[in-house]
Amino acid sequence: MDARTLKEGVVAGRLDSDALASGFADLHKPLSDHEALVAADRCYFCHDAPCITACPTDIDIPLFIRQIATGTPDAAAKTILTQNIMGGMCARVCPTETLCEEACVRQAAEGEPVQIGRLQRYATDGLMKKGIHPFSRAASTGRRIAVVGAGPAGLSCAHRLAMYGHDVVVFDARPKAGGLNEYGIAAYKTTDDFAAREVDWLLKIGGIEIRNNTALGRDVSLDDLTTEYDAVFLGMGLGGVNALTAPGSDKDGVLDAVQFIADLRQVEDLSTLPVGRDVVVIGGGMTAVDAAVQSKLLGALNVTIVYRRGRDRMNASVWEQDLASAKGVRIITNASPVAVHGNGTVREIEFEFTDDDLDPTGETFRLAADQVFKAIGQKLDGDNLPDLDGRKIAVTGAGRTSVKGVWAGGDCAAGGDDLTVTAVAEGRDAAEDIHAQLMGR
Amino acid sequence: MADLMTDFVGIKSPNPFWLASAPPTDKEYNVRRAFEAGWGGVVWKTLGEAGPPVVNVNGPRYGAIWGADRRLLGLNNIELITDRPLEVNLQEIKAVKRDYPDRAMIVSLMVPCEEEAWKAILPLVEETGADGVELNFGCPHGMSERGMGSAVGQVPDYITMVTRWVKQNTRMPCIVKLTPNITDIRKPAMAALEGGADAVSLINTINSITSVDLDLFAPEPTIDGKGAHGGYCGPAVKPIALNMVAEIARSPEMAHLPISGIGGVTTWKDAAEFMALGAGNVQVCTAAMTYGFKIVQEMISGLSEYMDEKGFASTAELVGRAVPNISDWQHLNLNYVTKARIDQDLCISCGRCYAACEDTSHQAIAMSEDRVFTVKDDECVACNLCVNVCPVEDCITMVALDAGALDERTGQKVAAEHGDWTTHPNNPAVRTAAE
Repeated sequence: MDARTLKEGVVAGRLDSDALASGFADLHKPLSDHEALVAADRCYFCHDAPCITACPTDIDIPLFIRQIATGTPDAAAKTILTQNIMGGMCARVCPTETLCEEACVRQAAEGEPVQIGRLQRYATDGLMKKGIHPFSRAASTGRRIAVVGAGPAGLSCAHRLAMYGHDVVVFDARPKAGGLNEYGIAAYKTTDDFAAREVDWLLKIGGIEIRNNTALGRDVSLDDLTTEYDAVFLGMGLGGVNALTAPGSDKDGVLDAVQFIADLRQVEDLSTLPVGRDVVVIGGGMTAVDAAVQSKLLGALNVTIVYRRGRDRMNASVWEQDLASAKGVRIITNASPVAVHGNGTVREIEFEFTDDDLDPTGETFRLAADQVFKAIGQKLDGDNLPDLDGRKIAVTGAGRTSVKGVWAGGDCAAGGDDLTVTAVAEGRDAAEDIHAQLMGR
Repeated sequence: MADLMTDFVGIKSPNPFWLASAPPTDKEYNVRRAFEAGWGGVVWKTLGEAGPPVVNVNGPRYGAIWGADRRLLGLNNIELITDRPLEVNLQEIKAVKRDYPDRAMIVSLMVPCEEEAWKAILPLVEETGADGVELNFGCPHGMSERGMGSAVGQVPDYITMVTRWVKQNTRMPCIVKLTPNITDIRKPAMAALEGGADAVSLINTINSITSVDLDLFAPEPTIDGKGAHGGYCGPAVKPIALNMVAEIARSPEMAHLPISGIGGVTTWKDAAEFMALGAGNVQVCTAAMTYGFKIVQEMISGLSEYMDEKGFASTAELVGRAVPNISDWQHLNLNYVTKARIDQDLCISCGRCYAACEDTSHQAIAMSEDRVFTVKDDECVACNLCVNVCPVEDCITMVALDAGALDERTGQKVAAEHGDWTTHPNNPAVRTAAE
């Protein structure tokens, strides 16, 4: 332990470059050829396999694993990508432990599922490395479709539409495409600029134009789009962040976890990114874990996640919780923030224990904090949107909104988990519906 | 611990595990290591006649098939008999036998089909102090093109003739090694018996091409772009070998012909199965070539433990114990009715039984919405496929119906008495007799 470790406040360069490189390296090493064969051999090729049912994109998992086992990983990749054009990213970020791998019969049999996620990565990485894009466009239909948001939902929708011969323009508020794949998600899950490489690969289909730095409601309106295009798909995600209501939440050092993660993903040199000595993350989802673990990996001395409900209610999977614990993150549950203390800048944050119904118990405690990350959920931004269902855009069927000719999917649409894979599925299904409607089928 | 001492045609060895005539027994160095490791005996790699020895290819001699984790399942070879001078082999055999008098030392032989050739070599082998000879009538590649090996083993008359020459020209016990590359193994075995053989050993390797290189379009192993069939051995051939051993063991005319069982013996259990089917001992090659000589320790401890559990004092009590239960299909009891039973506590809901039965069998397994699989007794013919494809041991079992119970498939009550095809009304022979 040296002076850099103990230094108070939010400072850069707590760890040397070797420690940063090893901390932010690939969380799961890619499988070698032989490892992939051995892993594939464990698949039982189940009838009407539960893993397929558990996959939001319905990838034919036993088939692609058999294709790997028989020495044709490119065919496996095509099986995956036909259902899920972002199969490469999903292989990295899907909480497989609560999806396909949880459903795997070998999980039931021996607590060790087939390594579906890693096998999917093996297949898709191989194909992308060869520069193969296994899909081509149908003859042009002359139809033009606007997609809002170049994240998993928007790109999935755009790719499927382009494949059917439609011309697609994707509007995105950020300077780079990719959405949360590019700006969210822990860096160690998507190393070597994978998100950007996947977007480049996806665009090889042709017929997709991306307009960056173009936000709905600021640079372009929904009315403009519905007038100018034959159909519109809204997949802009959740641009806003829920506010912390505890007194003192406006003090310096109280930040949005999503912004911290985005900064981390975009910084050239991690040693220039400042982090606190005592970091507190408020929330219980994937964003909370991603922010907490990455704070630790940047060199924060004490990192604590505080969640208002019990462990079993945390949106982060048990696997993610264990990852956080293994990296040295402390998890406190059943506690809500009641005050942020400090003279202009946060010094401490005070919590009160709550029972399972969130009723206060009167028991409070304080944690030292020079940096507090809010990871208490995101919300839909913008006005003049189609009708909402609660706080998200209401949809029926394959993403149809209350406005004729406007579909929505991904995190901004109601229903479904806020997962990359769910967004990909919703974008794809909306594209199918748009195509069917435009072509009068 | 059970005594594994084995007496095979008068040849004693401390255990029934011999190394087969093959690369592991080609040299003094290897055989000494084998005896140090605990092998009960060896069959020295086949000697040819005096003069310039044979030559081997200088490219790959072996091909293989593997499981997913490179577990070797089958091995194929195109190696010939020993390519070292006869006198060197004889000196080494003598030296090793002198130092390991308690181990069985058998010498495999293959010389041209002329009595003079056999007359010439047999005294030289006797002089080494070896315990017996094994006639290699099985090697399927290379030597067979020169009229030896399986070229002899495929013609019963030749087997009888050569065996007779050997018996007339030596006092040593004579084991005839048989090729499986024939249609009825009993014919060459009978031929050996008629020639005076003391025992047969089987199987030798099976004609095979392990795989085809789909870029070179050449069989494996590939020698400069070409391949020739080799001899297949290892775990994959064991079921074929077991059947051939059983066919001989259950032939009344060969009931007392000793058998040395060969073919995919990899564990003590494999050895015990061969012995139960009538083999007096076993010979091992591929397992040693895969894992080294040390495996014999597991074979010794495993067989001893099994014999202790069964209360067998000697291997002779095990040998042939399953022979009375080898039958012909026509004598199998048609009144023995079983049904598949799925243990729902063990079931992991993979659905393989359902796919197998629904697609390829009798539609006798039902699948519920929530993936519970159950057997339809009125459709189940007890084929056992579901048991075979189920990945969970003992999850699906075949349970016999008691006499008097209703077989829902046939609507008949299960008869208590034995009833087989020979008395079945559908049998044309039975109908004819009745008319």
